[in-house]
Amino acid sequence: MLTKRIIACLDVDDGRVVKGVRFVDLRDAGDPAELAKRHADSGADEIVFLDISAAHQRRATLLDTVRRTARQLFIPFTVGGGIRTLEDATAVFSSGADKISINSTALANPTLITEIAERFGSQAVVVAIDAKHHNGSWQAFTHGGRNPANRDAVEWALEAESRGAGEILLTSMDRDGTASGFDCELTRAIADRLNIPVIASGGAGGAADFSEVFREGHADAALAASIFHYGTSSLGDLKQHLADEGIPVRWPC
Amino acid sequence: MIAIVDYGAGNLISVKKAIDYLGQDSRITADPAVVRHATKIVLPGVGNFAATAALASSGLQDAITARIQSQIPFLGICVGMQWMFTGSTEAPKTPGLSLFPGECVRFPSNVKSPHVGWNQIEISSTSRLCRGLPLNPFVYFTHSYRAPVNGSTVACCDYGGKFAAAVEKDFLFGVQFHPEKSGETGLRLLANFCAI
Repeated sequence: MLTKRIIACLDVDDGRVVKGVRFVDLRDAGDPAELAKRHADSGADEIVFLDISAAHQRRATLLDTVRRTARQLFIPFTVGGGIRTLEDATAVFSSGADKISINSTALANPTLITEIAERFGSQAVVVAIDAKHHNGSWQAFTHGGRNPANRDAVEWALEAESRGAGEILLTSMDRDGTASGFDCELTRAIADRLNIPVIASGGAGGAADFSEVFREGHADAALAASIFHYGTSSLGDLKQHLADEGIPVRWPC
Repeated sequence: MIAIVDYGAGNLISVKKAIDYLGQDSRITADPAVVRHATKIVLPGVGNFAATAALASSGLQDAITARIQSQIPFLGICVGMQWMFTGSTEAPKTPGLSLFPGECVRFPSNVKSPHVGWNQIEISSTSRLCRGLPLNPFVYFTHSYRAPVNGSTVACCDYGGKFAAAVEKDFLFGVQFHPEKSGETGLRLLANFCAI
């Protein structure tokens, strides 16, 4: 049976892993290449790497970090942050990423989704959506959650799929960094309307949150960062818990 | 030297990286002359089956066919494996190599397509490619079309019905999943191929 994926996310700033709470308040959590390998060895199904410094500078540092990370990683590896053109995407793929994730740029220039998909395949294009609850629906935000995009998140997800996105990485801004559980309602609203996989993100606190987002949120995959970095929750324990609950997971790997 | 054939379809770097990690000499190439001197050939591929049309027009197909006739081990990955069948309904005008019978078709509408993620496969004990692997390992897939199960199938997967996850006949090998992205299982499979 197709398993539910557990994805470990590394938020990277200038070559170091950091993780913010509600998009601010950054703490240093280590070397990206080392952490990615450690997560892969512990049972992560996939690694996502979000370059949060990319909006400003330091592309060379990023590409070097991607290269170092990719060399010892033999599970799917996604890189996002600061990709604005087909050339930016090409540089990231050439450094060893399997997929790229685009967010603000996709909203500003949706044709980029199609351009990258045509060159590298839809499976290589993840569209990241940062969504926030507002008056009974969800609005998409850009620039790390700073600017409202004036787009309904569900409608945007459908458009991204039709333009060639291979997966949606859906972050609940209301839950991100709070460890209060994924937003199952948001996740289900999008997962039920799309054919491509939806990765739930934002709010993971413990194993029960993952069970809930798979069962209630209909997520295909779930992503978390800080709970893995700081050892709050071991990937192995999490997967064992999910397996015990009858949720199909890659365990033992 | 293992030739990793570049016909403009997707990202070949992860395949190269995995083969490098195994300590094997390989080269990404779009040059039929290089393919003609390779001791093994890997044909990766993601995306649309129509991309394989470039193999015929570039002369790579002739080079590959010549090497296959000389019994040089050949491994097709994903669309590269599908190309070893007669064709695919994804691109009816683009013929495959017909090394294996049957046509690749889309997943039925009762399952989400593409089929993305880690799924378990069932390996038959006779496979050289899968030697030493557990009988039901998890491997990473990403595809919307699938090849039929036939006499050369050495591993099956079930997603909206059974399909061929790996095929094998003499020196011809194909895998629908991505061994370069399938962790230790995938590395062992690639090491098996390198050792044939």
